[in-house]
Amino acid sequence: MLDKRMTAADIVAQLSDGMTIGVGGWGPRRKPMALVREILRSNLKDLTIVAYGGADVGMLCAAGKVKKVVFAFVSLDAIPLEPWFRKAREAGQLEVLEVDEGMFQWGLKAAAFGLPFLPTRVGLGTDLAALGGLKTVTSPYADGETLIAMPALKLDAALIHVNRSDWRGNVQVFGPDVYYDEWFAKAAAKTYVSCEELVDRMEDHFPDDAQFNLFERCFVTGVVELSGGAHPSSMPPHYGWDMKAFKAYADAAKDPGDWSAVADRFVGASEADYLNSIGGKEAVAALPLPIF
Amino acid sequence: MTDVTLAELCIYAASEAFRGNGEIVATGVGPVPRLGAGLAKLTHTPELMMTDGECYLVEQPVPLGPRNYDDRKKAGYLPFSRFFDSAVWTGRRHAMVTPTQIDRFGQINLSQLGGTHKQPKTQMLGVRGFPGNTIYHPNSFFFPSHTTRVFVEGEVDMVSGVGYNPAKRIAGGNYSGVALKKIITNLCVMDFGGTDNAVRVVSLHPGVTFQDVQAATGFPLEKGDLVETPLPDADALAIIAQLDPHNIRASVIKDNPPAQRVS
Repeated sequence: MLDKRMTAADIVAQLSDGMTIGVGGWGPRRKPMALVREILRSNLKDLTIVAYGGADVGMLCAAGKVKKVVFAFVSLDAIPLEPWFRKAREAGQLEVLEVDEGMFQWGLKAAAFGLPFLPTRVGLGTDLAALGGLKTVTSPYADGETLIAMPALKLDAALIHVNRSDWRGNVQVFGPDVYYDEWFAKAAAKTYVSCEELVDRMEDHFPDDAQFNLFERCFVTGVVELSGGAHPSSMPPHYGWDMKAFKAYADAAKDPGDWSAVADRFVGASEADYLNSIGGKEAVAALPLPIF
Repeated sequence: MTDVTLAELCIYAASEAFRGNGEIVATGVGPVPRLGAGLAKLTHTPELMMTDGECYLVEQPVPLGPRNYDDRKKAGYLPFSRFFDSAVWTGRRHAMVTPTQIDRFGQINLSQLGGTHKQPKTQMLGVRGFPGNTIYHPNSFFFPSHTTRVFVEGEVDMVSGVGYNPAKRIAGGNYSGVALKKIITNLCVMDFGGTDNAVRVVSLHPGVTFQDVQAATGFPLEKGDLVETPLPDADALAIIAQLDPHNIRASVIKDNPPAQRVS
């Protein structure tokens, strides 16, 4: 179907218990948080989450939605240790596959190309292979080099927040860095995209920005307009991260330290309620871009 | 020069680690390493490449702390989305970072402390890019507090970066890219120039003895020339001040002591 418009609830209804879900973005940057919040409002459980993790991972773990996390880090940058992920880890409630950041994107690329693995030197000489059960392969050529076989990180679904899309899934992705969103899209059986701005036909509106089409529409299953949908993470050039909101979220991990007591503040009964509680889309749009 | 701080001496020592590195990406994570890389680029090694901390390559190192978003002067582009292909996996980088633990093999940890991998006592960041960094390009380290908690006895709790431990090296792997360079701390500068890449003290900060360093280290250290770590000159201090207008460097080492240790 060429018209790929869906609601956030429609998207979450397409997901099921036990799925492996990739979440685009990086730490507190470009996270599809509105879709994550929609998962938090659902009954989904036993998920495997594959992410360059931030509050997406922390919230899903805190809410007991997660069976396993595939990660290289989980961090909110200025708050280096993601507090709710930390709690879940220290409680021993998660299965994990911990990999290097480069291995991670290599695993997405293997999945994108339909390969069982891609070879790499990364991981040799560390604890990663033993802890993750990663196997080695030997080069069949004269060098005979032993390499780690980074398994494909095949995703049942990927969630990505983009700047613009049309209803056919022609996306435009801006911002100084788009991280590995392209590879999440290609590693997934189905990719659901939320966007700051939904337009009718991209060629009628923004043809001059066509080179920002980070991944082609054949990789897009569903599209929903959710402006402010990355909050509290950053979405350049529209808005920066909301460190005040992250700090409140981090503080809540200590006091009261119980997600069920605070979920309403950080998730809301609906996305409209959530946005209202933080001052509306205007407040999100006013957040300054981060300086590094 | 009595008013030179220990942090400034460490920045100067950090800049020396990048001397003559060539056209590679110098990455300093944290105020002292970052100022060290910037100082190196603005003095003895202008060919160094570096980013603004986000994704643009800059020829003028960006100052630390609050500034206007577009103050950076973009000369090139090196986003995370191509960091591995352009910098890390081609070996064209030297990073200086601060892990949570390091051991006598130069193995580092920033993933977890204590417990098991299934249930760590303390979950930290995760291995981030350390496994790839350490097998592909040179790395140095900065520790603001040199203690036996950081320089551990035995091995680190979770080996997140490749060191010179023969027992950890899977046979047939290519370890030719492993290059651990300098360790800069609040007490001294060390390298891996000892027997079989053992950690060796090469310079002591003013007023610090080898015994002080050994007492703060969980494994035996070798002795290099043990010269005194040089103080930054006035030009270097001026550049450091310009790159750190908010004096963030004053918060790096406890109580911001002077470079000359008072006994």
